[in-house]
Amino acid sequence: MTDIPAKAAVSSASSGSVLLTLMKARTFIALIAVLVFFSIAAPNFLSTANLILMSKHVALNAFLAMGMTFVIVTGGIDLSVGSIVGLCGMVAGYLVLNGIDLQFGYTIYFNVFEIALITLAVGILIGAVNGLLITRLNVAPFIATLGVLYVARGLALLSSDGRTFPNLVGKAELGTTGFGFLGAGRLLGLPVALWILLVVALGAAYLAKYTPLGRHIFAVGGNERAARISGVRVNMVKMFVYMFSGFCAAIVGLIISSELMASHPATGESFELNAIAAAVLGGTSMSGGRGTIGGTIVGAFVIGILSDGLVMMGVSSFWQMVIKGLVIIVAVVVDQAQRRLQSRVTLMQMAKAG
Amino acid sequence: MGATGHDVILKLEDVSKVYSGTVAVKRANFEVRKGAVNVLVGENGAGKSTLMKIIAGVEQPTAGRILLEGEEVSFASSGDAVNRGIGMVFQELNLFGNMSVAENIFATREITNRFRKIDRKAQERRAAEFLERLQAGIRPDMLVEDLRIGQQQLVEIAKAVSLDARILIMDEPTSALSAAEVEILFKVIADLKARGVAIVYISHRLEELIRIGDYITVLRDGRITGQEEMKNVDTQWIVRQMIGSDAKDFAKADGHVPGEEIFRAEAICLPRATGGLAVDHVSLSLRAGEILGIYGLMGAGRSELFDCIMGRHGQATGEIFIAGRHVRERDTTRRIRRGLALIPEDRQREGLVSILSVASNLTLASLSRFVRLFHIRGAAERQAVVQMVRELAIKVADPMQEVSSLSGGNQQKVVIGKALLTGPKVLLMDEPSRGIDVGAKADVFRTMRKLSRDGLGILFATSDLDEVMALSDRIAVMSNGKLTGMFDRAEATEAAIVAASALGHGPVAHTENKAHD
Repeated sequence: MTDIPAKAAVSSASSGSVLLTLMKARTFIALIAVLVFFSIAAPNFLSTANLILMSKHVALNAFLAMGMTFVIVTGGIDLSVGSIVGLCGMVAGYLVLNGIDLQFGYTIYFNVFEIALITLAVGILIGAVNGLLITRLNVAPFIATLGVLYVARGLALLSSDGRTFPNLVGKAELGTTGFGFLGAGRLLGLPVALWILLVVALGAAYLAKYTPLGRHIFAVGGNERAARISGVRVNMVKMFVYMFSGFCAAIVGLIISSELMASHPATGESFELNAIAAAVLGGTSMSGGRGTIGGTIVGAFVIGILSDGLVMMGVSSFWQMVIKGLVIIVAVVVDQAQRRLQSRVTLMQMAKAG
Repeated sequence: MGATGHDVILKLEDVSKVYSGTVAVKRANFEVRKGAVNVLVGENGAGKSTLMKIIAGVEQPTAGRILLEGEEVSFASSGDAVNRGIGMVFQELNLFGNMSVAENIFATREITNRFRKIDRKAQERRAAEFLERLQAGIRPDMLVEDLRIGQQQLVEIAKAVSLDARILIMDEPTSALSAAEVEILFKVIADLKARGVAIVYISHRLEELIRIGDYITVLRDGRITGQEEMKNVDTQWIVRQMIGSDAKDFAKADGHVPGEEIFRAEAICLPRATGGLAVDHVSLSLRAGEILGIYGLMGAGRSELFDCIMGRHGQATGEIFIAGRHVRERDTTRRIRRGLALIPEDRQREGLVSILSVASNLTLASLSRFVRLFHIRGAAERQAVVQMVRELAIKVADPMQEVSSLSGGNQQKVVIGKALLTGPKVLLMDEPSRGIDVGAKADVFRTMRKLSRDGLGILFATSDLDEVMALSDRIAVMSNGKLTGMFDRAEATEAAIVAASALGHGPVAHTENKAHD
């Protein structure tokens, strides 16, 4: 009587760990699956031009999703990133076109590098506002960032009265030319935006794994009270994740404006939802404490390739939305199943170890 | 099992429970007798809770039979067991924090009127009756999350009592109760016994078991190793059955002499949200290498005092000094850096980040030690972790394992290790032995002794009289937020300590209070 379940347990243990490995790699498997599927189903899918185009689309979402990952790992959410994208694009556009009027007849024009820095600072500043609302005034992250979503979008629209800043080529005599480099430039054959993504992603992954701040982010998400008693500066950690999210959104705002050579105040609407989707698809737990930068990037690629591939196949955008939604739901269901299996396999390993 | 007047109401025959690979209970034969307290003891992980969950229908046995009054039964769910008259007080609190006490007591058995609407008044009236018997001072309309853990435990007990069960299982009902509350609980148990209720009682506190138990069953590694009438056994016997050999409960003092003053608190005050002071002008001083036990009942303000010292309350007043130097820093992070460390009472909620690994938990408070610039040096961190695991005898196969997979005692050691890695001068331990087994307790006490020998000052709070008497060099007593007694170990008597622990509520103190307002 006791022999049979024991044997069954052993065999199910090994099949369990195989299944577990498959489940852990699920986002990666999904990525390969969509790649294989579309390279068969969509002509020209595998052409270099298309791959580069797609990865540029993906990069935009991946930036936002990385910022979102840290925020979600601490147990929060940042709904304002889409609006920050829009507002930062407008800031950059405004500075290229108009500079800053100093009231007494002079106008300062910044060069492109300075404009980029200022724009990034604006993104970080808005993130800091989110952080202050959440840490100092105890507003729930959902509400705080929802409020900032509206405020930032409103400011973006006000900045131009709802119009687009067109033709951001700049003037050579003012030193404001070259804005297009970020969005359209190439280094070693790859778009500049991808290189930036690579740098930021490596930095973020390093931060998560090898720095005290990274460890603290996970501790805060896992158990805020315990983290606080252990001396973790919880408020500072939270400030950081929202500021980093704002920073990522500012990068996206810059890249989009630079690519289009124009700033439109409605840019970035609903980007926050794609970012959340990519993070969740990549294994970030909405209840905090779990998530990886690598997973999120892969998640962003799955979503991006899925939507671009479907477009190439001529699937209607209505169906695209249905499919995207289903993929997200399936991802979370598999995630839950994996956790259950994981705890069972851990138990079995402990039993084997004695 | 000898001639007794108690009938067997429930019998387990050769019951086993296998969890995907681990055998939690092996061929257990267990009898529960009517009108008696049936005690079940064993170290953590011995299978007590599993066995009780089988009786309460929460888990189904893998093999074996359950006989209720001679008739074979099988419970598909805890609801089934409740219908057959089996109630259980769970070890982990199963309460809804966002609901009132009355709503919790009548959860799933709501009292409704003709229109299926919940009759809140009737529920609160009935709930008040049960709470009255526990004399807990809990109003039925209070939210559970506003109660302290000890009070929550009383609500859990009231809930189980309200079931009118024939068999009532209590899994460590006293782990968060003060001595006075334990007395009240024992009265309730005696009352239930007199009405013929069979009580199954699980606890780590041996003296408690010997006092109220009628029959005792000892479990070790899922197997029943001893079953006796309580009048035939003593502590030594129980401990022998539990861990296979005689064990000394408390590490002995080694006679080292405490050094200079290392910590002083002056006039610590913390206002209570409901008015009055939760910590009322507490001043005390601690010497290096000294263990100062703070005894007090639930709500005496011990935990709150520790929180104030750690800088967890912005509104707290008073000054603290470490090694004679004034500590001006008011936040936890910098106070830890100055040499204070807290081992909190509630391991799960405040001590551990349960989804992180053992290693990450251990180094969480001391990461800056392993950092060069901003990079965590993996090798240095691993080395510290391995050393701490060995020093504290933490039983873990791989430090990268999630901390939640450890037993309670080992989790507590992780919390202690985390505090020690910060290199503290003063260690604050809030109920360091709560909810851990005898073996782990002995380890914890040994560690406290060793640390004090190394020159740490240790402040530890407990509501266990034996513990405070056995471990402390000096004993402070708190009551109602005030320091009401301070004894040297040599001159302390249990009677004096207990008397002091009630002083804060006395009439004299009360008028003093008024004068302050």
